[in-house]
Amino acid sequence: MTLDEFVKAFAAEFDDTPAEQFTPATNFRELEEWGSLVALAIISMVDDEMDVQITGADLRNSKTIEDLYNVVCAK
Amino acid sequence: MYNPYSLKGKTVLITGASSGIGKATAIECSRQGATVLLLGRNLERLTQAMEECEGTSHSVIQFDLSKIDNIPDLLGMLPELDGVVHSAGVNTKYLVKKINQERIDELLHTNYYAPALITQLLLNNKKFKKNASMVFISSISASYASVSNALYASSKAALNAFVRCLAMEIAPRGMRANVIQPGIIETPILKAYALTEEMQDFKNSCPLGHSGEPTDIALGCVYLLSEASKFTTGSIMTIDGGLTLK
Ligand SMILES: NC(=O)c1ccc[n+]([C@@H]2O[C@H](COP(=O)([O-])OP(=O)(O)OC[C@H]3O[C@@H](n4cnc5c(N)ncnc54)[C@H](OP(=O)(O)O)[C@@H]3O)[C@@H](O)[C@H]2O)c1
Repeated sequence: MTLDEFVKAFAAEFDDTPAEQFTPATNFRELEEWGSLVALAIISMVDDEMDVQITGADLRNSKTIEDLYNVVCAK
Repeated sequence: MYNPYSLKGKTVLITGASSGIGKATAIECSRQGATVLLLGRNLERLTQAMEECEGTSHSVIQFDLSKIDNIPDLLGMLPELDGVVHSAGVNTKYLVKKINQERIDELLHTNYYAPALITQLLLNNKKFKKNASMVFISSISASYASVSNALYASSKAALNAFVRCLAMEIAPRGMRANVIQPGIIETPILKAYALTEEMQDFKNSCPLGHSGEPTDIALGCVYLLSEASKFTTGSIMTIDGGLTLK
């Protein structure tokens, strides 16, 4: 999955935040909708789409979507 | 010595005996004198669990309960039984947004279909001795909601309902069926919680102040298998350190 595709898939897990708001540099944990429910949805999206298991700590240690993408790719 | 919890002379099948609650139950049953049949998929862990049991009369059955079409094959592998503990279970977490038919089947096959079909098979083929006792390990999740737990919770709620009806049907023959609903017990199944914060919150909100050990549930099973519980059937015993009091 490319970074652009990852950003799209990441955005699709949000119900209220418009997709246009998401870029590789988005500081996702500061989004109003961010919370444990979206976190679980992202963990499961990464598992389903990329067959990689990430943890709550991986999310906490990533600032931007690109940071998270790099964590996933490194696994 | 007076011991109403003795399982001496009893033969007990324990599913999910290669790990966690099922393994602890196998060990505790053996300490009370039972002959134990340990069932699971992983032969190495089953054998290890059997070696930790007291006595030498025990055996292992390598069997995948998710393949429900094969369940009738179990018949040839089992002697007459005084008790069964259905502890095998899986807990894959999905938000409702992420479920599909395959995922529903996956949870239901191991957690609900297998214990239900094994019960049917054993009853129909007269594999239970007089006064046999069946114990089903469900979960407080059956009525305690948490996110991404809908499929697991519904598999356990189905099991609770099944056991209460079963208890009615087998009571005339002196047989009993009960449920234990554990709270948070330290076993490998807890890895299903992707967010450690969520798990910590559960533990912190437990009135007794900590999570449980597999033995806490195993000893409940011993009670339900023994003559000490001869007047107990169709009950749903919660062992959760008080988690669901609030
Ligand atoms: N731990 C808790 O906090 C907790 C709370 C509430 C309820 N429970 C329930 O307690 C039961 C035991 O769980 P546990 O905590 O002891 O977890 P565990 O350590 O992961 O043990 C699960 C057991 O189930 C067996 N199993 C899983 N799928 C199987 C299959 N397809 N065929 C045969 N065996 C299978 C596993 O054996 P193999 O891998 O060898 O197949 C293993 O022995 C489960 O029903 C669970 O839902 C646990």
